[in-house]
Amino acid sequence: MPKNDLTFLLGGEAGQGIESSATGFAKAIAHAGLHIFDLRDYRSRIRGGHNFAQIRVSAEPLTSHRETVHVLLAMTEEAVRRHYPQVPAGGAILYDEALPVEDAIWEAVQARGVQRFPVPLRKIAEEIGGAVVMMNTAATAAAAGVTRFPFSYIEEIIRVNFGKRGEAMVSANLKVADAAYRYALEHYAGSFDHTIEPIPGAPPRMLLNGNEAFAFGAVAGGCRFAAGYPMTPGSPVLEWLAGHANQYGLVVKHTEDEIAAICMAVGAGHVGARALVPTSGGGFSLMVEALGFAGMSETPVVIYNAQRPGPSTGLPTRQEQGDLLFSLWASQGEFLRVVLAPGTHEEAFEAGWRSFNLAETYQTPVIVLGDHFLATSSRTLEPEALDLSAVQVERGKLLSPAELDALEGEYYRYAITEDGVSPRAVPGHPKAVYVGEGNEHDYQGRIAEEIEDRVALNAKRLRKLETARQSMRPPKRYGPAEAPVMLVGWGSTVMPALEALRILNAERPTAQYLHITDVWPFPAEAVAQALGEARVTIAVENNALGQMARLIRQETGIRLEHFISKYDGRPFSPEYIVRGVREVLHA
Amino acid sequence: MPSMKDLQGRDRPTWCPGCGDHGVLNAVKLAMVNYNIEPHQLLIVTGIGCGSKLPQYMWVNGLHTLHGRDIPIATGAKLANHKLYVMTVSGDGNTYGMGLSHLLHAARRNINITSVVQNNQVYGLTKGQYSPTSETGTVTKTSPPPAGAIEQPVRPLALALIAGATFVARGFAKDPRYLADIIGKALMHRGYALIDVLQPCVTFNRVNTYDWYSERVYKVEEQPGGYDPTDFAAALEKAQEWGDRIPIGILYQVERPTYEDHLPAIREQSLVELGVHRDMAELERLKREFM
Repeated sequence: MPKNDLTFLLGGEAGQGIESSATGFAKAIAHAGLHIFDLRDYRSRIRGGHNFAQIRVSAEPLTSHRETVHVLLAMTEEAVRRHYPQVPAGGAILYDEALPVEDAIWEAVQARGVQRFPVPLRKIAEEIGGAVVMMNTAATAAAAGVTRFPFSYIEEIIRVNFGKRGEAMVSANLKVADAAYRYALEHYAGSFDHTIEPIPGAPPRMLLNGNEAFAFGAVAGGCRFAAGYPMTPGSPVLEWLAGHANQYGLVVKHTEDEIAAICMAVGAGHVGARALVPTSGGGFSLMVEALGFAGMSETPVVIYNAQRPGPSTGLPTRQEQGDLLFSLWASQGEFLRVVLAPGTHEEAFEAGWRSFNLAETYQTPVIVLGDHFLATSSRTLEPEALDLSAVQVERGKLLSPAELDALEGEYYRYAITEDGVSPRAVPGHPKAVYVGEGNEHDYQGRIAEEIEDRVALNAKRLRKLETARQSMRPPKRYGPAEAPVMLVGWGSTVMPALEALRILNAERPTAQYLHITDVWPFPAEAVAQALGEARVTIAVENNALGQMARLIRQETGIRLEHFISKYDGRPFSPEYIVRGVREVLHA
Repeated sequence: MPSMKDLQGRDRPTWCPGCGDHGVLNAVKLAMVNYNIEPHQLLIVTGIGCGSKLPQYMWVNGLHTLHGRDIPIATGAKLANHKLYVMTVSGDGNTYGMGLSHLLHAARRNINITSVVQNNQVYGLTKGQYSPTSETGTVTKTSPPPAGAIEQPVRPLALALIAGATFVARGFAKDPRYLADIIGKALMHRGYALIDVLQPCVTFNRVNTYDWYSERVYKVEEQPGGYDPTDFAAALEKAQEWGDRIPIGILYQVERPTYEDHLPAIREQSLVELGVHRDMAELERLKREFM
């Protein structure tokens, strides 16, 4: 009997409460000591359309979803039609008994050996709860029922989630949940093999998505200011920070546009506050001019770009890793920007605080390239996984008021130094009066057009490129070192790739994965060395052009032989990567 | 208290002889002397244009930024350290063209910064194209005859009033003492202050000359019957008066809580003073929100 290893898919229309009930359901299972990977798929609309949450449950830690769905929880006919092919023999479709599903689909379902579990979800919601919207409560409770997951965990989450909306709301939802749970348990649990059993003594775990991990990391790293204009999937970072602003000493500004957002952050950064701009690619496009200003005036600022498919507004709620090369070269002229690409929740947290250290150390913009899959997928993590004790604060050559008091002679903001980094003072001290300049300037910050000044200052700024390279981490290698195939990726691809390695390497070492987290300045030597040890190299990227492969070729001269590409707006699944590798090996 | 000499810059201005920017520079320095503002206590954020080079020609904290974006950059600086005086200085093309939306949003926020706009009704640094405040029909290289400029000119003071600015004024570059007084009062004012400065471009604007203005400007407080700067309707009327008579002075000034007043995070210390330190116990508590 399969225990504690299955995937639920809760599918329905936007506006039916899929998002929040899936979150509650996942949390309830996590509270029972199980691990979760929660993938979200939704359209760019407020009501209607087709949305789903795919919640994978396991007794072991998870880094990815899988394509297979064991319990399809269908709130609409469309959810049945779209997802029944994902349900294997032994799986089940739980749905409202009144759903108008074509006979042909049910026949196909039956032919697959998938069970049908009709439940009067709407009737229970209306008659017991008094509102159709409670159908989602009924649905998740029914899913708990068929898998024999103890009701007490569902009850706890309902109490927490609806507590703020009053006892009547709690009680109505509890009654609905109880009725649906009992119905499913009594009618179907006996004929369904998959179960979820709590793991006694399991430690309490966090359940959070990449956006939350990054935002939490930013707060841990001393972020004091954030400004942004709402844009999926970056705006949840702005919202989360706004919700914690007063408690944690932040100022968070929802601005008139993205240009204002980055400009405010640059202003705050110039004056000495750690400042962040969360956005997505379209917003980042608007910010590019100010990115260059930060480069020229040597102002620290952190930009978080949760990538989505472009160009233009593209697929607003979907996945792509298409902004890598744009991030490296955005803005006219040549200057250092640091680019980080976290791929896991742990890395997103670390990028949250580390990005500020890099921005202040090198006095330049830092771009953190997240992506939709990382931003919106939730995972269970041990509390230690987001390691607060590892958080360090490095402000680089920032002069303290005491150091400025002791300063002999004049302060020159853009002093020429060997490493390209000039001692930085923020405005407000009598000895640090200067002009920050967006025009070319001399070491004092005076506008300058002479050849000597241009060459000296441009060379100084560009020396930071080599200095910053020292802070760049080598890529991480996963999987057996003797495996002949080396997959190469960046960003969230690491999560399904790790699962793909488990599948590929189950019998004999087949594949390893090279995960590039620090993208610019490019850690060329370490990448070249790792690639030199591989027999077959395959780029795995959520884009069409193979942007990382191109970057590797540019920086190392090494051409990756194969490319597993995906640019349909959806993230990689482990199975997709496995199929791609097998195709390469059998070609 | 700084002296005019203390505020002297390293470099001489590169502006054309007779340019109104010289008057604004003098007025800014004079305001600092009169209101006892030391160079390190003030940050002047500028956009792009001849006049935006102003901090280069005096001794003060400056930030010479992007065309049209000085106001949001100044806003961020103010929010990060609200104990600094923060001022923007830029031209009409910068502030009433590209930056107009930022101006209106700053006004409705009532962020405590002062914007001085050097309004010469022409683009000087790019050599003479028409600006958002050029009169309809103005002929320039980008508004050729017969129509000249087709649009209505921006009426910045009226827009600022409608948007919610709590200090709206106009100065004249030929009278730096009077302008200095307005700038000083604007810096002392708690809230967003817009000062539009009538400022002839001696090279490219042959219409709106010093003489043209001198014949028309009058100080609102010297008009018969006096003037009440808290009267919104009167201010709106004055803000739209343009032609034979052009009012200068403080057209409007009222008290309203500033944007920063509404931010509990900076009630006691500025963001810069709060620094980057985090209490680990506090962060551990935050972690539990995810459980």
